[in-house]
Amino acid sequence: MAILITPETKIIVQGITGDFGGRHAKLSLDYGTQVVAGVTPGKGGQFFEYGAHKVPIYNSVADAAKATGATVSVIFVPPPFAADAILECVDAGLDLAVAITEGIPIKDMIRVKRAMTGAKTRLVGPNCPGIVTPGTGKDSFGGCRIGIAPGYIHKKGHVGVVSRSGTLTYEAVFQLTSKNIGQTTCVGIGGDPVNGTNHLDVIKLFNADPETHGIILIGEIGGNAEVEAARWIKANCKKPVAGFIAGATAPAGRRMGHAGAIVGGAEDTAAAKIAVFKECGIEVAATPSDMADALLRAAKAKGVTLT
Amino acid sequence: MLTTPGPVFVRATPRFILPDLPTNFPRMNIHEYQAKALFEKFGVAVPKGTTATSPETFVTALGALPEGPTMVKSQIHAGGRGKGTFTNGFKGGVKFCKTKADALAMAGNMLGQTLVTAQTGPAGRKVQTIYFTVASDIKKEYYLAILLDRATSRPVIVASTEGGMDIETVAHDTPEKLFKVLIDPAYGIADFQIRDLITKLGLAGAEAKNAAKLIRNLYTMFWETDAAMVEVNPLITTPTGEVLALDAKVSFDSNALYRHPEIVALRDLNEEDPKEIEASKYSLSYIALDGNIACLVNGAGLAMSTMDIIQHFGGTPANFLDVGGGASKDQVIAAFKIILGDPNVKGILVNIFGGIMDCNVIATGIVEAVKEVGLKLPLVVRLEGNNVVAGKATLAASGLALVSGDTMADAAQKIVKLVA
Repeated sequence: MAILITPETKIIVQGITGDFGGRHAKLSLDYGTQVVAGVTPGKGGQFFEYGAHKVPIYNSVADAAKATGATVSVIFVPPPFAADAILECVDAGLDLAVAITEGIPIKDMIRVKRAMTGAKTRLVGPNCPGIVTPGTGKDSFGGCRIGIAPGYIHKKGHVGVVSRSGTLTYEAVFQLTSKNIGQTTCVGIGGDPVNGTNHLDVIKLFNADPETHGIILIGEIGGNAEVEAARWIKANCKKPVAGFIAGATAPAGRRMGHAGAIVGGAEDTAAAKIAVFKECGIEVAATPSDMADALLRAAKAKGVTLT
Repeated sequence: MLTTPGPVFVRATPRFILPDLPTNFPRMNIHEYQAKALFEKFGVAVPKGTTATSPETFVTALGALPEGPTMVKSQIHAGGRGKGTFTNGFKGGVKFCKTKADALAMAGNMLGQTLVTAQTGPAGRKVQTIYFTVASDIKKEYYLAILLDRATSRPVIVASTEGGMDIETVAHDTPEKLFKVLIDPAYGIADFQIRDLITKLGLAGAEAKNAAKLIRNLYTMFWETDAAMVEVNPLITTPTGEVLALDAKVSFDSNALYRHPEIVALRDLNEEDPKEIEASKYSLSYIALDGNIACLVNGAGLAMSTMDIIQHFGGTPANFLDVGGGASKDQVIAAFKIILGDPNVKGILVNIFGGIMDCNVIATGIVEAVKEVGLKLPLVVRLEGNNVVAGKATLAASGLALVSGDTMADAAQKIVKLVA
């Protein structure tokens, strides 16, 4: 079992008729992902046609879910409409909404998060690369690719990866695959200060997943999500975990591309987070080139096989 | 159905940990005088004030104020103005004057001069506007701020009886004097929360009534304008029971500016780094730093860790530059021009993980960019990902004097060695 999504998961693409959403819907279809519906208000009844694929478009998420049985939606709609798109998934009772959109106003996300309190729908993102559960085919095809990550760099296996950053996740996955170490699921939780699923939520899922034998936790400066996850790992997780924190050289008070990545106080610097990682038994990657090797060291120390 | 369980109110409690200060998302800053004008619009009391942008208008501006003690305040976006020094040697960007005549003379020392404060960096900022205000009688100073509490994803009011001081110091030394009130975004600020906070601040009678109005109105302003942070330091009480915002630091969530044209109109480009403005035109995220190795990277996390790995191997990064997920040739050319505009740069490291993007397209962009800008500095390129073999072949065939790096570690070590 992977976490959150499997190759059988049926997904909806909100914003499938836009350039960005359309391009990545095609790449997901190429990967073998079950893209069963698109949603664009006003274009219900039309089709998204690509090769042999003919994906029906609906006016609402509720209509799409009802007609197709889809349980997950990926959101590519522009920032002013993204909060509404997330709430539509909640209203339709989906299991999971993955918001790729970058630049959603913080107030919108504060309100969305409040409105989602107690709801069954899980949110991943916003401003995230999405989730990949690799498949068994060539270059991991036949898997479930939700979002914008390159599918082909993955390999089906036993390592879970969780990160705020897209390209840094790809870097870790590429290192793993190059060493013939596969992944169960790779989750990008996004770089915004207010997001749906945090590091700890994903770590708990990986810990409970028997197929996941080891975990790479990639964090950044800013906030305390990584610290919270590390303390939980120390108390509850027996699996080998490697960690990396980006932003050791970022100056205080400056935003580094990711809205969440900014040093606010003494507690959220890279040095402080790395110290907590070490204290919690997480093998720290000295550089981003060392992420896969760090996990191998952690696995060896615990006598765990990753392949 | 959307479910909204019962509101969760959190009483003001002393806390050791401050929320992320100053704030933690892309933001637009405004001047104090602009912030005070917004305060007045939302019913937040401030001392009467007026601005001037030329010596000829000092007299007219001062004419709008009553005779008596007057504050003269340099308007730049950085903090620490009062303790700052002008490059002409004059000390203090904020001055108390006993009379308007003194204020008139004082303003001449500041306007057009460059003010260096703890927050401006050594280059300082040119003062282009002077703000005159009535100097208020101060009974006691307080601290009041509203911002995002990241741990709970809610707005939070932070207040203290220790006003006029560095709030980080208060949080560290006397956390019992700091109060934090979390606001339920579904309900807004509740009356009992305001009463509770005011009691903890030790306010009563007319002061309590005025403070309650000010806090409520300030929260409304924070919420309605999509502010990232509102900070009033100090908030003061006067001998007559007034409660006034003596200073005002306000920033806005850049992602929400599309719905606030009136806020966008307050933007002052003089306060921004020209290289960062140029970068934003090409959708590049660029921040200048003090080192000598420039980096050009796709993705914010990868860009940050590229800076880190340069430092890890003994070098110093000259900038943060994220060209985004789908960098075009034009963006790469613009990025090269921007990083070469920094005279400290002695070498360049390009680190691209082409996930969806074709590495060969990026390699072609790099070759054309380097030819166009006529690069004379060492350049190390690390390409990985989609169609990387063709990309590396394009770089090799270009005849350019660039060095190829296989991994991030390899590339970082090579550029550090080349600039050493």
